[in-house]
This record gives sequence, C-alpha cells and structure tokens, in this order.
Amino acid sequence: MPKAKITISLKPTVLDAQGTVVQNALRSLGFDTVEGVHMGKYIELDLAPGADEAQVTEMCRQLLANPVIEQYSIAIVNEG
Amino acid sequence: MATTLESPSPRLAVLRWGVVTFPGSNCDLDTVHVLGQVLGQDAQIVWHEETQLSGFDALVLPGGFAHGDYLRAGAVARFSPVMDAARDFAESGKPVLGICNGFQVLLEAGFLPGAMRRNHSQNFVCDWTHLRVENAGSPFLNRYSAGEVLRIPVAHGEGNYFAEPDVLAEMERNGQVLLRYCTASGELTDAANPNGSVGSVAGISNARGNVMGLMPHPERASERLLGSDDGARLFESVIRSFS
Repeated sequence: MPKAKITISLKPTVLDAQGTVVQNALRSLGFDTVEGVHMGKYIELDLAPGADEAQVTEMCRQLLANPVIEQYSIAIVNEG
Repeated sequence: MATTLESPSPRLAVLRWGVVTFPGSNCDLDTVHVLGQVLGQDAQIVWHEETQLSGFDALVLPGGFAHGDYLRAGAVARFSPVMDAARDFAESGKPVLGICNGFQVLLEAGFLPGAMRRNHSQNFVCDWTHLRVENAGSPFLNRYSAGEVLRIPVAHGEGNYFAEPDVLAEMERNGQVLLRYCTASGELTDAANPNGSVGSVAGISNARGNVMGLMPHPERASERLLGSDDGARLFESVIRSFS
C-alpha cells in the first residue's frame, strides 16, 4: 500500500519559540550538545493505489500546511 | 434571559447580524447576547452549513475552538459551506468581524493577510489587555478616538500574529493595522503583548476595510458589570458605518 510521509515545519524565517523552549529543557537535563531544535508535524497518509505525489502536494497546499508560515516535504513509499 | 443594566443608545440603527456557529464555537451566544440584548440589534445564530446569507447586514465569526482547533486553529472551519457565502458577503462590501477563533478562520480562509502561531510563551493566556486604537477611521473603530486605550480581555493559545515584514509594512501604509496591545498609558512593550505577535498587533482589517479580525473579545467587555464596556463601541462603529 502506498503511503505518503509528510513533514511540516515552520519556514526558517519564522521564529520557532517552541524549539527554543525544548532546547532549553534539554540543556537543563544536561544535553548541552544540542545547538538547535526545530519542531514540526508528521502526517502519514494511507493512499489508494491510484494516488500520486501531485495530489499529495495539493493536499499540503490546501489544508495540511499553512503556506504563510510552514514548509513541507513529502515522501511516497510502498509499505505493507 | 438576564435583564441588562444598561439600555442601548436610543439612536442606534438596527442591523441584521448573523453570528456563525461552527462545531466547537463557544462565544456565539455571548456575541448574540451583546448584540441583541445590550445593543438592541437583530442578532441570530447561523449554523456553519448555511449557504444563504443575503438576509444579513453584518456577519460575525465568534470565538471558540471550531473543529477542536485540530491541525491548526481555523484550518478545517475555513472549508465549512458558510464560508463560500461569507466570501461573497465580504466581496459585496458588507462587514465581516472575526473574534479570536473567528479571526483565525478568516486568516486560514485568506480573507485577511498573515497567519497565527502559538503564543510565544507556549502558554494559553486568559487576562485583561490594553489595546491602542491605531486607525480610528476604520468602519470598525470610528466610535473611538485615534490613540484611545481600551481595556478588553483575551483568552487564547494561538494569538501570535505573523506577517512577512513587507506584508506588514504594506498593511501599516494602508491603515490595516487596527489595534495593538499596549500598556495602560498606550505604550508598546513586550510585557504588554500577551502572545508575541509582530508589532504587538491585536487586530487588523483587509485592504478594503470591511473585514476585521481581532484576538481580544469585545463581546466580553460590552457591559460595565463584567469589568469594562470598552468593547461595545466596536459593534456600535459597525452599526454607524453600515446602516
């Protein structure tokens, strides 16, 4: 079954305050080798055999990501 | 229904207001109460599947958590059937007001520029704020004076307004920045900004000026009994401008 694995994250020009909070939390636990934290969303779509990457791009563009502040990457894989 | 302690100004015209209820909206009844009971307007709930808005003079998208804010606040609600009719409504020049979640829906639906992010502190903020009137020429603010400071509450987790610098600059040139968070004396400081929004922006309009979105809740500050009635004049401005 084809799956779309989509990662959505903030554009680099948008401040990732949540990432900063998590980085500080890691530091306070002693993990001081982390130089940056970038938070995002992971969405997995189970696709019917006819689906293609262009459709998934449209899904990201219309709904799954907000193009004003977010960027996305798509990987289509065959699993199971 | 509770009786009101204040009666509406006798000279207010009566507009027909539609207040949209999405699944998860929770400020719809408060908004209808202020419009109907406090301001003597003809205010009705409009279910999000309604496709006919021609009977209304003004539209409000109220606060709440439409579709649980799932994916992003307003991301799903923007596709509700009512939003197609709302688009025609806005394009005909009639007023559309988005409060809190309603503002988020208008941003996701492209009625207003920019986007909302999670509050900078990562915390939900429920508190009074002071707002400075940046454009008293707006049809939503003409009952206020330029630079007037209002006391209005906020309650949100995703109110951190963002627009690219060139977009924000254009909005400022066009008078689309309507309200900013400020101190009681009207200064813009980080401490006075509850969510980290760019330029301390609390409320904006579209280029044409007939669509407004704001994160604070004017319907929670329209009766002195609740601590402030500074919000009532926002609705009164709409009545004056569009009647």
